[in-house]
Amino acid sequence: MSSYPISVTINEKAYQHEVEPRLLLSDYIRQMACLTGTHIGCEHGVCGACTILFDGKPVRSCIMLAVQADGHELMTVEGLTSDEKNLHPLQQAFWEAHGLQCGFCTPGFLMTLLPYLQENPRPSEEQIREAISGNLCRCTGYQHIVDAAKLAAQKMHTP
Amino acid sequence: MKPAPFEFFAPETLQAALELKSQHGDEAKPLAGGQSLIPAMNFRLAQPAILIDLNRISELRYIRKNGSLRIGAMTVQSQAEHDGLVATHAPLLHEAIPNIAHSQIRNRGTVGGSIAHADPASELPVICIALNARMRAQSKSAERWLEARDFFAGLFATTLKPDELLVEIEFPGMPANTGYAFMELARRSGDYAMAGLAALLTLDEEGNCKDSALVYLNVGDGPVEATQAVASLKGVKPSPDAFKEAGIIASQKDMAPFGNLHASADYQRHLSAALTERALAKAFERAKQAMKA
Repeated sequence: MSSYPISVTINEKAYQHEVEPRLLLSDYIRQMACLTGTHIGCEHGVCGACTILFDGKPVRSCIMLAVQADGHELMTVEGLTSDEKNLHPLQQAFWEAHGLQCGFCTPGFLMTLLPYLQENPRPSEEQIREAISGNLCRCTGYQHIVDAAKLAAQKMHTP
Repeated sequence: MKPAPFEFFAPETLQAALELKSQHGDEAKPLAGGQSLIPAMNFRLAQPAILIDLNRISELRYIRKNGSLRIGAMTVQSQAEHDGLVATHAPLLHEAIPNIAHSQIRNRGTVGGSIAHADPASELPVICIALNARMRAQSKSAERWLEARDFFAGLFATTLKPDELLVEIEFPGMPANTGYAFMELARRSGDYAMAGLAALLTLDEEGNCKDSALVYLNVGDGPVEATQAVASLKGVKPSPDAFKEAGIIASQKDMAPFGNLHASADYQRHLSAALTERALAKAFERAKQAMKA
């Protein structure tokens, strides 16, 4: 099977690989770029765990091909902070408001909420629920995620 | 790796894509947003031999208004969702788009891709028929326009020829004194709807129903037009009773739903009737506002 050279920027770092066209972007990110923060749940675009930013917009990386990322800019959950002691306000809010239990779905929630909260500084609870409706969590019952998103909105927009 | 192997092309121009399509015909599957195709490939329900990725063809991404509203087939749904021209000139389309899956899907899914996929459960084919949209199909050497009604040909099927691509969708304006509504019901936000419809209601000068359109999703092998219900409304004074009657006719005579995992055929009829009533009432309110304006 023929391979294609791709150059991708992930979290402001350049990556170059040869990939088979059928390699999914989610598998590329985890196995070739070795960024395992992006989780793979359903692998058909339903659960949202694999959500990343593609040119700044949240997309599901399990239903895109790695070759399609050639020349594009990606951000994964690792891009939120490089310092374990100094979390991104969004991560800090999830920590403080108990927005996760097992944590498997969390990267997808964070990558969905990051641009959403940047564009919507004061969302209502209903708007938050709509914003995260494409992400499944089997632990929390969502209430603490909604609380975390509210707290994150405050943290992200307090100077 | 989940998808079966395939040969991959990512042409930069429409002409190059059409050249590939003329060489490979049905062997080559166009890849638009991929939000339905790639899941199907992950399950190996779809195993195309050749994939032509259209995402690098920037000439197919636009929303313009010259006379009618024209949308390039590769325009992503979220762009159309937030576009002022769409909101002003095709408010029914504007109202329907947020019902398409979730925002992450709409960031990637395209207007033309969803239409050419011709899933009976999807919103855009229904909107195209309600608004009398026209589709521009192009091949290497020719182009033709298709009425929305002539474009859809049953379950996941269109009348596009093997060497053609859908390149543009044209939405004419609505007639004067027309109100609109899109409504659907899904188990969870973003799921495929169990039933839903696009409704248009045009009033004459006396305020009676001059014309209407009722087009349903997920209750047949494509968008279903309720012709008998529409006939029942013609010339009638709009009223809750008339809307209720139209819902009953549409759900009992105009459709033959199959039922599915989430809703039995009877329940789909019930939902279609109830949604018809509500959608017509909303369209009527908007038609009255349009008359005043």
